[in-house]
Amino acid sequence: MKYALLIYGSPELRDISDDELSSVVGEYEALFDEPGVLAGQQLQGTESATTVRVQNGEALLSDGPFVDAKEYLGGFYLLEADDLDAATALAARVPAARMGGAVEVRPIVER
Amino acid sequence: MLATLVGQFGDFDLAEEATQEAFAVAAERWPRDGMPPNPGAWLTVTARNRAIDRIRRDATLAEKTRLLEAQDTAEARMDQPEVEETSFPDERLELIFTCCHPALALEAQVALTLRALGGLTTDEIGRAFLVEPETMKRRLSRAKRKIRQAGIPFSVPPDHVLPDRLAAVLGVVYLIFNEGYGGRVDLAAEAIRLGSALAQLMPDEPDVQGLLALMLITDARRDARFHDGEIVLLPDQDRSRWNEVQIVLGRESLEQALALGGRGSYVIQAAIAALHSDDPLDWTEIAALYDELARLTGSPVVEVNRAIAVAEADGPAAGLALVEGLDLEGYQYFHSTRAELLRRLDRPDEARAAFERALELARAEPERRFLQGRIEELGGIAPSGP
Repeated sequence: MKYALLIYGSPELRDISDDELSSVVGEYEALFDEPGVLAGQQLQGTESATTVRVQNGEALLSDGPFVDAKEYLGGFYLLEADDLDAATALAARVPAARMGGAVEVRPIVER
Repeated sequence: MLATLVGQFGDFDLAEEATQEAFAVAAERWPRDGMPPNPGAWLTVTARNRAIDRIRRDATLAEKTRLLEAQDTAEARMDQPEVEETSFPDERLELIFTCCHPALALEAQVALTLRALGGLTTDEIGRAFLVEPETMKRRLSRAKRKIRQAGIPFSVPPDHVLPDRLAAVLGVVYLIFNEGYGGRVDLAAEAIRLGSALAQLMPDEPDVQGLLALMLITDARRDARFHDGEIVLLPDQDRSRWNEVQIVLGRESLEQALALGGRGSYVIQAAIAALHSDDPLDWTEIAALYDELARLTGSPVVEVNRAIAVAEADGPAAGLALVEGLDLEGYQYFHSTRAELLRRLDRPDEARAAFERALELARAEPERRFLQGRIEELGGIAPSGP
């Protein structure tokens, strides 16, 4: 099965030191080498987000994320795994999960 | 049978529907053609055939790969000329761990296990949890959908997560047991069977041994608890009707649990049950264990039991003092305990009112008759319908 691991960050993650940051980035990169990890991306911060809605055929743009919350979607992995246990085991190794954030594991609709 | 099918097809709804269809076919054919030599195997094979028909009709299912693999296996097995009961592995352990997977809400875990392994109807599960049947139905279908969509595995968890997955499983087994003890004897036996299987799988888990001990010792008094369909309270029970073998087995499991360092809630409850089998009863020690259990669980229901022990050790007034003030308005045994203590304190009007409230909440027929008897003794007229 395929899963998306949606990585949610918390405000405290923004305040970590440079040393800590580089070690955390290293961890994220190392996860790409895990079997089954098909893809993954880190997103720029929510302050760079633009939200688009269409009303009466007209695109309306607004500054900021769709859901304006303390927690933010910071990136994702796309994972091929045998079952939910395998997917959650990898999710538990995503640094955000132990740093006040969380990883939401969502099965992908396969057609 | 359901477990076998869920195991092979990885789909609860499919397995359930196929099982129901198999029973329907049996109801039509058996009276006409006679019962097959091995009814259990016949039903399983018929249900499996129905399931495969369904898969063929709907080959675009998202999980077709797994389902088709299962189909091949199933067909290979059916090609064998003789179907032996033993050729179907007992997959209930896998099923119970799937039902109790932490990715499901706890209430869904409990409901699902009762439905899949305990054989309770949706209404009965709803009643056990004080939930409307419709709500329970939605809860069950949501849980089954999640198992399918999220890929919750059908397997016994690996060692490193096994203890974590165990607590919910034990809670569920104990709940099935209690549902059985309220009058559904077959379910109590089923819970003990599940508990024994778990004890074999995890012989070093004190809580598993403790739960098994608790169920064995409690269940050993089952025959003595009823006389001509009426409830007999512990002091009046005919001890010759206790199942001594089961009590011995229960005490062995309890010893094992204690030797493994167990001091969890099931172990304490088993110790309390074992003390209840002694003669004379040491109510002071029983009350002390209930005190430990109440601190461990923080449960007001345990406080009710503690009050009963305290009442025996120190008199009904001391017991009543503990019961008053508990917030358990919707709990039958709160009212029946309070009623009994009031009766002993010679406060018949209050006692009768409390018995009447307990009767409103009681479902099991023997319990209802017991409560009606008490109400009549106290000069009231008990309504006989539910």
